Amino acid sequence: MTQLTITAEDRRVAWLATAAVGLSLVDAAIPTPLPGIKPGLANIVTLIVLLRHGWGSAVWVSLLRVLAGGLLLGHFLAPGFFLSLTGAIASLLTLGLARYLPARWFGPVSLSVFAAFAHIGGQLLLARAWLIPHDGIFLLTPPFAAAALVFGILNGLIAAKLLVETTSENPSCPPQPSASP
Amino acid sequence: MESRGVESKTLPHSPLLPGDWLVVLAGALLVGLSIPAFWRGGLGERAIIRQEGQVFADVDLRSRRELEVAGPLGVTRIAIEPGRARVVSDPGPRQYCVRQGWLTRAGEIAICAPNRVSLQIAGRTRLYDSLSY
Repeated sequence: MTQLTITAEDRRVAWLATAAVGLSLVDAAIPTPLPGIKPGLANIVTLIVLLRHGWGSAVWVSLLRVLAGGLLLGHFLAPGFFLSLTGAIASLLTLGLARYLPARWFGPVSLSVFAAFAHIGGQLLLARAWLIPHDGIFLLTPPFAAAALVFGILNGLIAAKLLVETTSENPSCPPQPSASP
Repeated sequence: MESRGVESKTLPHSPLLPGDWLVVLAGALLVGLSIPAFWRGGLGERAIIRQEGQVFADVDLRSRRELEVAGPLGVTRIAIEPGRARVVSDPGPRQYCVRQGWLTRAGEIAICAPNRVSLQIAGRTRLYDSLSY
């Protein structure tokens, strides 16, 4: 029988994913003028994980967040879930490429804006291909792109601030559980 | 792979680096360009007026003219202006088609059902009358 060993990395991913899920719930509670426009606060966590612990951890945290968020918000395996998943995958792939940009010149804000555009781009393409197979869906592109830009910048700035703050005091991960639940 | 993680420890105080400004500007440009790219196609180019389901007139929306369409109740008057069209008056009792006002986007339609007249805007590409899921 194989024993499942829980590494420090696993705990870290779990904690960060929990934080991301919490932010997803906050996101869902914020009213927006147009369905589909959301601040995407959970992406702040993805960005921080990417810059702090690498792309592999970011993929784990992001996908776990989509899964758990879908379960908690009640849209698991519904269209909204697949839209989230596509957005997450598109932005993770983009981040996977964008992280090779020279860090001297391109900070978290660049990564965040790239990820936001990829996110909405992936979602629009999925919606066009599957949910609303009509080019009318692309009428939503300008407002969605504008929202992606604005929230991409904001999330990037928040992530940058958090990265600076946490590097100056404690470089380790979020609090460890004292006893396993 | 972890190179960024190491470098992030020496993050400068300004949260926006030169490259970030470039990305933000490029993003703003992209958003600006997306408006004409995605919204122009939906603008109307022709007005199609039907009476009893038959095409009565197919007018270019760049022109300016007024049409009178005779139906079973009387005359429905339609005004065409550059980029828009509307039903000016209709003998129908509820005036829904008149109250719709100016139609500008492809696919919009004003139907004066009692007088069996309709005014529809058509764009470059043929759109569906309606879609349901």
